[in-house]
Amino acid sequence: MTFHITVDGRSVPVVPGQTIGAALHAAGVRSWRSTRFGGRPRGLFCGIGVCFDCLISVNGRAPERACLLEAAPGDEVTTS
Amino acid sequence: MTYDLVVIGGGPAGVAGALTAARAGLRVALVDSGARLGGQYFRHSAVPGAEPGLGRFLRQGRALGERADVLLRHQAWSAAREPDGTLVVHCVTRSSSAPGGGAGERTVAVRARRLLIATGAYDRPLPFPGWDLPGVLTAGGAQALLKGSGVVAGRRIVVSGTGPFLLPVACGLAGAGARVLGVFEAGVGLGLVRQPLLALDKAGEAVRYAVGLARHRVPYRTRQAVVAAHGEREVEAVTVARLDKAWNVLATRVVECDTVAAGYGFVPQIELGTQLGCETRHDVDGSPVLSVDAAQRTTVPGVWAAGEPTGVGGWRLSELEGRIAGLAIVAGHGTAPRTAPAPSTDAAAGPRGDLTTARAPAPGGDPAAAAGRPGEQEMPGEPEVPGELEMPGELEMPGEPGEPGVPVVPGVLVRRRARWRAFGEALQRAYPVEPGWQGWLRDDTLVCRCEEVPLARVREAQDLGATDARSVKLLARPGMGWCQGRICGYAVSCLAGEPPRPPRRPIAQPVTLGALSESGEASDRAPADDPPPHPNPRRSS
Repeated sequence: MTFHITVDGRSVPVVPGQTIGAALHAAGVRSWRSTRFGGRPRGLFCGIGVCFDCLISVNGRAPERACLLEAAPGDEVTTS
Repeated sequence: MTYDLVVIGGGPAGVAGALTAARAGLRVALVDSGARLGGQYFRHSAVPGAEPGLGRFLRQGRALGERADVLLRHQAWSAAREPDGTLVVHCVTRSSSAPGGGAGERTVAVRARRLLIATGAYDRPLPFPGWDLPGVLTAGGAQALLKGSGVVAGRRIVVSGTGPFLLPVACGLAGAGARVLGVFEAGVGLGLVRQPLLALDKAGEAVRYAVGLARHRVPYRTRQAVVAAHGEREVEAVTVARLDKAWNVLATRVVECDTVAAGYGFVPQIELGTQLGCETRHDVDGSPVLSVDAAQRTTVPGVWAAGEPTGVGGWRLSELEGRIAGLAIVAGHGTAPRTAPAPSTDAAAGPRGDLTTARAPAPGGDPAAAAGRPGEQEMPGEPEVPGELEMPGELEMPGEPGEPGVPVVPGVLVRRRARWRAFGEALQRAYPVEPGWQGWLRDDTLVCRCEEVPLARVREAQDLGATDARSVKLLARPGMGWCQGRICGYAVSCLAGEPPRPPRRPIAQPVTLGALSESGEASDRAPADDPPPHPNPRRSS
């Protein structure tokens, strides 16, 4: 039932319907970008698309909210 | 094409309003950013569990899917009213996720004669040192992870904030296997039983959560809160403080944990309403909310609002308001949308709950809509209340001059709404945010997470003469980043010493320039050209 996505080359299992952010959290990855000024680590905060802290690039696209984006088989995720 | 009604938001208010109108024969579209209906409260995974109210909501959602165009994964970023009264909701949705492709965003404009705003609310966080560390989540964020994706936010979790929402969050996390080290309620907590109204309605629920917390040995401490989070790359510990009545710190201790779930009430989501020019008012807790009359009409012709955007009150109130809005929209269907601003009699309708009127259907109007008593069409699963449909208290729709009025909304719905609204207001009074939290902040504590504005810069702006939140924003930039002040707006207002103001932003969601430039021709792309509900292209392959 589960499928996999790759996070910086590493395989991460996903239950269908899970968001990218949830899949990362479940795999123990809780930060995936750094802030512009302070270089502070950021991941999920509001979890419902309001705060934009969880922006992430999937398949080379412009950053999107990890908390809203459902993971799809073969998605490639890059953290910074 | 132009729909009779477009609803923004697929939670209890939006679904109830859309279904009520669709069952009466109106052509209805509902847009929601999520992959499934439900909003925040009825958020559920692909295989939902058995939560109270959820089964009923899912039945409503299925019924709606058969009668209306449900546009999921559509984010409304703008709503506008054209000179002829047509309402246009601009959405972005994903058209393609080809690897290496562009943003893949596509714009969709949904046009309708009436609009129902049912956009819900989100958590109101308060800043504290370390609140931007990964592992610190809003209470709703932890809940969304669990309900929507089946992921427990952490192993050792501290829940903190104020309000009854902390209880189901803590119970859910503990039930899913997390060690919940404590629920720290900054308020008195007993507010729930001191309010006779609350004790009456919520006692059973409160007892259930109390039992749940006890079963998992979760301590519930009032007048305590997380006032700082510590760690390098993630949260590793928090400082829990004992507070006085004004939330000033009396004593502290350190608790080791890997996750914090914090929430201090809710912020109604009203951007699309303020974009359209809807009047706002301050709710009991000071939050700006959309002003509506007894029929849930805003002050802009053709625009209704239901649920949390009109005042936070929970899912039952939201569903009732959605139904009432739906009934009122059905009653007014067949008439031209008012082109003039709302008459002064509407504006003077005063406190919500007054009787109001809607126009009679024009001769030759939609027969389904004019077919008498739409209120008799109960929602699926709604228990009938025999004998309670008496006239007093009903919302009436007057006929032509000299003719008797036609009842629009059954009195029982009006009375239930009044009861749940009073309950929502009592909750807001029982769990206020006290000013002492400002003392938890240090000079280097970020107030605005997006623009990384620390408290010191806010104070600097005030020293330079910024006397209100807007001036602070212009000088120090809090609220100018990605979230547009949704997260820090409340805190900045408090620091500036004023109640939060309605948002003054031109768009409700960030949108790419590409999508923006494309939106000019979007009206040619009738959503009916796409087979709704929109499957994710990636899923269909």
